[in-house]
Amino acid sequence: MTERIGATRRGNNTSILGVGALTGVFLFLALLMATFSKDAGMEYQALTFIVLGGVFLIATAMWAGGLVDRDPFDESEYENTLVKFGVAASMFWGIAGLLVGVIIALQLTWPTIFYFPELGWTNFGRLRPLHTSAVIFAFGGNVLLATSFYVVQRTCRTRLAGGMWPWFVFWGYQIFIVLAATGYLLGITQSKEYAEPEWYVDLWLTLVWVVYLLVFLGTLWKRKEPHIYVANWFYLSFIVTIAMLHIVNNLSIPVSLTGSKSVQVFAGVQDAMTQWWYGHNAVGFFLTTGFLAIMYYFIPKRVNRPVFSYRLSIVHFWSLIFIYIWAGPHHLHYTALPQWAQTLGMTFSIMLWMPSWGGMINGVMTLSGAWDKLRTDPVVRMMVVSLAFYGMSTFEGPLMSVRAVNSLSHYTEWGIGHVHSGALGWVGYISFGALYCLVPWLYKKKGLFSKSLVEWHFWISTIGIIFYMVSMWFAGIMEGLMWRAYNEYGFLEYSFVETVEAKHISYMIRALGGLLYFSGAAIMAYNLIKTALGHGEAEDLETASDPYAQPEPRAALAPAE
Amino acid sequence: MGLMNNHGVLERHSLLLTVGILIVVSIGGIIQMAPLMYMDNTIEKVDGMRPYTPLELKGRDIYIREGCYVCHSQMVRPLRDEVERYGHYSLAAESMYDHPFQWGSKRTGPDLARVGGKYSAEWQVDHLIDPRALVPESIMPPYAFLMDKKLKYEGIEDRLRTERLVGVPYSDEMIENAKGHILAQADPDDKGFDYYDSLMGLYEAEAGREGTVEARDWDGNPDEITEMDALVAYLQMTGTLVDFSTYEADDLSNRR
Repeated sequence: MTERIGATRRGNNTSILGVGALTGVFLFLALLMATFSKDAGMEYQALTFIVLGGVFLIATAMWAGGLVDRDPFDESEYENTLVKFGVAASMFWGIAGLLVGVIIALQLTWPTIFYFPELGWTNFGRLRPLHTSAVIFAFGGNVLLATSFYVVQRTCRTRLAGGMWPWFVFWGYQIFIVLAATGYLLGITQSKEYAEPEWYVDLWLTLVWVVYLLVFLGTLWKRKEPHIYVANWFYLSFIVTIAMLHIVNNLSIPVSLTGSKSVQVFAGVQDAMTQWWYGHNAVGFFLTTGFLAIMYYFIPKRVNRPVFSYRLSIVHFWSLIFIYIWAGPHHLHYTALPQWAQTLGMTFSIMLWMPSWGGMINGVMTLSGAWDKLRTDPVVRMMVVSLAFYGMSTFEGPLMSVRAVNSLSHYTEWGIGHVHSGALGWVGYISFGALYCLVPWLYKKKGLFSKSLVEWHFWISTIGIIFYMVSMWFAGIMEGLMWRAYNEYGFLEYSFVETVEAKHISYMIRALGGLLYFSGAAIMAYNLIKTALGHGEAEDLETASDPYAQPEPRAALAPAE
Repeated sequence: MGLMNNHGVLERHSLLLTVGILIVVSIGGIIQMAPLMYMDNTIEKVDGMRPYTPLELKGRDIYIREGCYVCHSQMVRPLRDEVERYGHYSLAAESMYDHPFQWGSKRTGPDLARVGGKYSAEWQVDHLIDPRALVPESIMPPYAFLMDKKLKYEGIEDRLRTERLVGVPYSDEMIENAKGHILAQADPDDKGFDYYDSLMGLYEAEAGREGTVEARDWDGNPDEITEMDALVAYLQMTGTLVDFSTYEADDLSNRR
């Protein structure tokens, strides 16, 4: 017995030492880059890394030194602390990202009030990438990290693999976020949408991501369940495919090893194809398969019903990931991309409708026999409404991918409305649902601090999404029609700026919608903090053991025939 | 169904599942992207394309840094209204030296693929300083600070070398004289006088015709080369290179 404990301790020490050594190596590299930096931006970025990495290293060392004989990675328990950190980070970045969204919506509405001639870094061009990266990668990414770490442990009935390494993934990812975000404000960007960070941040993220994949696979390898649960197929496809997309789309050659600027390997039409292969599949594999994994765990758990159809989950999983990857060229209709590629992109985008709805149906029908929960449990309602938005935007997407429709919708606010119905409705709501589930489960509470605050969150946010979507549909279709309008003499009817002016009211409604959605998220943050503190209805569970730490009830995992 | 029953194999072997996923998600991308890299007719043969001059390249870097691509596309589609509003539809050849491309995805502002020469340099400078002074309904951010920022171009030779590494045809002469070429294009009468002939000769030879390089003081401040100089030099050349008088859109080799 003593021997066994000793062996475990040694293994854990190795993981702590490994993380420390790797971080140390990168701190040294960052020090070199700061010292010999070619530009001020690079110097700030390297110093930021040194501060954050240094704090991580010192905190780890102090924590490890205080362990004495306690095994921090006790195999008989789940790793819950890390998931708690992930939940907190999700909330923090979610609020930050939405706030930036509100600010840039206001900038487009009232440019004279929200622009500052002396503060160039607050301009729309620098803040918009900050907004998109903050909500997609910082908020969405942390939700995916937290839920995947939670779900893979429960569905494999084993502790997260790798000891300290999952912590490296978490903190490494936060460092990536801070470097990317501060980089945009400094004007460091490679201008590829949703892949703006420069080469050294890309390399750091690649390292973190490979460790993430290994932690996830390592946990699967020591699972005590014979089968890998469906949510984990989706998480795995998300992790593997994002790695592939990230590496190929960011192929670039740095001008100097101590400078922030790099030159993309691909140019023009090839670069455009690569970018939208990446861009659309960031939607497909980051914002879809990852969040479908959340659906496949949290909806069955919350309503205590098995997944509707095992066969449907197999069919829609493989068809979804196969077809999604082809859809990119629908972002390049009527451009200089050869038409055969555009047509392929359109065809597969239309086919994509079916596997998307397969996932929606599988999620919604899981409520079979528990439909009353839609009325009684606002958290369930939030997750089911997220599937409704998923269904809606995965119908709208194929529609917009048709060349004729795209000639009107492309470049307009319709596209902005489309991504936000998916982002606010689907990604946001399924994430909020998961967070509302996780906090009471992790902190061993009977329920949330206040159910009625969830109702408030739900209704305020839903009204916000509707304001957003409808105003952008209106603005987008209107400007699309105005751009192509001819007068009776055969001349273009409107100058460009007239189409900008015409959108002012829509912009106001959009900003209000965004503000409502942001307010809902703020209510959630308050509710979750109060829940963790054990106030209100969030009483401690009387039993000492955590019922959610038990093995999965078979009912929730077995296929329904 | 037999296939369904065999799915259990993947559910029990995580590495098989991983490899399976990787194969399935690779197919579409390979089929769509690989042919573009080697098919000759992906990019049209045109007259007039040349690499960016160092000053234009620096201007383009500022365009990227400020996130102009977030609101402005550079891709005129072959639709009647766009061709009438912006000019000839964009060709693949026109962005063949763009690492990365700047086609954009949103037109909060108008397309800029052919903005070069559409307005005077003075108009561009005034508009960048205070967009609403010229276009009252505009929602564009102000870029007055570009006037105060001196253009930094210490590492410009390394930059051109890196561009050459990925296929942009910068010659040794272009690289060696890059700093001089910046002076020549922004201050041709004084500091850059000695390099003017070299700039014109090298880049117009690459373009194959005259009139593709413009040299002048761009921002109205001849004493200093600012970021405004570079950005306006870039804007004023966008979409002006290809000689459309020699381009036959209906030629079979230009159909795609």
